[in-house]
Amino acid sequence: MNAALAKRLGAIQYDAQGRLRHLLTLEGLQRDTVDALFTLADSLVEVGGRSIKSVPLLRGKTVVLLFFEASTRTRTTFEIAAKRLSADVVTLDVPASSTSKGESLLDTIANLEAMQTDAFVVRHADSGAAQLIASHVAPQVAVVNAGDGCHAHPTQALLDLYTIRQHRGGFEGLKVAIVGDVLHSRVARSQLAGLRLLGVDDIRLVGPPTLVPPRLASLGGRVCHDPREGLDGVDVVMMLRLQRERMTGGFVPSDREYFALYGLTEAALAAARPDALVMHPGPINRGVEIASAVADGKRSLILPQVTNGIAIRMAVLAQTLGRGSGGDE
Amino acid sequence: MPNTPTEADLAAALEHLATACAALRLDDPLLVGIETGGIWLAQWLHQRLGLTTPVAGLDVGFYRDDLQRAGLKSAVRPSSLPPSVDNRQIVLVDDVLHTGRTVCAALRELFDFGRPACVRLLVLVDRGGRELPVAADAVGLQLALPADRRLRLSGPQPLRATVEPA
Repeated sequence: MNAALAKRLGAIQYDAQGRLRHLLTLEGLQRDTVDALFTLADSLVEVGGRSIKSVPLLRGKTVVLLFFEASTRTRTTFEIAAKRLSADVVTLDVPASSTSKGESLLDTIANLEAMQTDAFVVRHADSGAAQLIASHVAPQVAVVNAGDGCHAHPTQALLDLYTIRQHRGGFEGLKVAIVGDVLHSRVARSQLAGLRLLGVDDIRLVGPPTLVPPRLASLGGRVCHDPREGLDGVDVVMMLRLQRERMTGGFVPSDREYFALYGLTEAALAAARPDALVMHPGPINRGVEIASAVADGKRSLILPQVTNGIAIRMAVLAQTLGRGSGGDE
Repeated sequence: MPNTPTEADLAAALEHLATACAALRLDDPLLVGIETGGIWLAQWLHQRLGLTTPVAGLDVGFYRDDLQRAGLKSAVRPSSLPPSVDNRQIVLVDDVLHTGRTVCAALRELFDFGRPACVRLLVLVDRGGRELPVAADAVGLQLALPADRRLRLSGPQPLRATVEPA
């Protein structure tokens, strides 16, 4: 990413005092911001183990979850995260309308803002939707991107990185493979941006040429079409789901053939380090991109990822909504 | 302007606090230190009095009443209370008692872990300037400090006090 773009993406996401105001993408973020979110998440993890699982941090704040696209995990964990911080949560499932999206989207936001909303958590099938909303809301309103098109899914990448940090202690010298439908994956784009921000150099993008075309190397990873080469000696395998809903044509011959070539089985995983971590953002397609034995195996972190998702989303909401209005101390 | 407490003053205050804590005659008390100064103080008392239940730590960062104005403190430590404090006899420990707001936040956080049988408050230095109806059960040292001064304790070894502009 060029410096001018990074600067512009930083300018949108930080306020004049340099505090995180919106979270739209990991591109343009400072390393310090990510470290601070991880530290905050460390403290918030403990809240989930209490008999009363909430703290009054965001009491009286209204958070609207605006989902223009289906989601189970992300929506539920954002809702739990906001509730554990004592915010009032409204969830809106808006079926994406095919026409006049820009206009109806901003109209929806204007109406919700008129109801004194403090934050929007947005998922939309169009890339850039969250950024569009962020550029139109009042200064005190926060926008968090919960996935936009093929562009970014920053909280997913943050929770993935947080999970790696939890199990590996840090990121120095890590070798990471991102395997599968990189082309259509906003998760992969955010993971790449995050891994690079945290100093990981050895990132392989693994998949068939249709889903991992050579031009994706410009994102900052090494393109590998041979899975054995891609997984060779890696510390972390980050699997991706085949994004059928975003495919417009024949990207893979069949699920069975895809699984035979690129599916993560015990045999395929043998190329990685013996203690390699296996991750998947979900929902998993058993027998398509991952074998059940691996998904449910002892190296799988798929369910811890979900739990960590709550703490990371709490940290993001606490940080963006807990900026304060200024004043002393 | 009162004198800044010396190391000897603080050592005497600590001893006084240990005696006062023992005099509370609590049954298997749970010492809860408030981050960060209260934690080592609680640990010191724990060792001095030979208590069995480990010291717990409380960071009131998520419970402060000035969040709307001041925003979130960047580093909030995880609280380390046991999963339930139901029917426990709790001794809240802090280094400096000033406005009383931190103690109130700590009480609110404690109640989210259950319903303690009782809560006592021990502070090393009471510097005055209360804004809420809070009083300590035992105080190591009284110091009437003007509102424009801040008392800072560094410790535990050596334990020193400095008074600086707020």
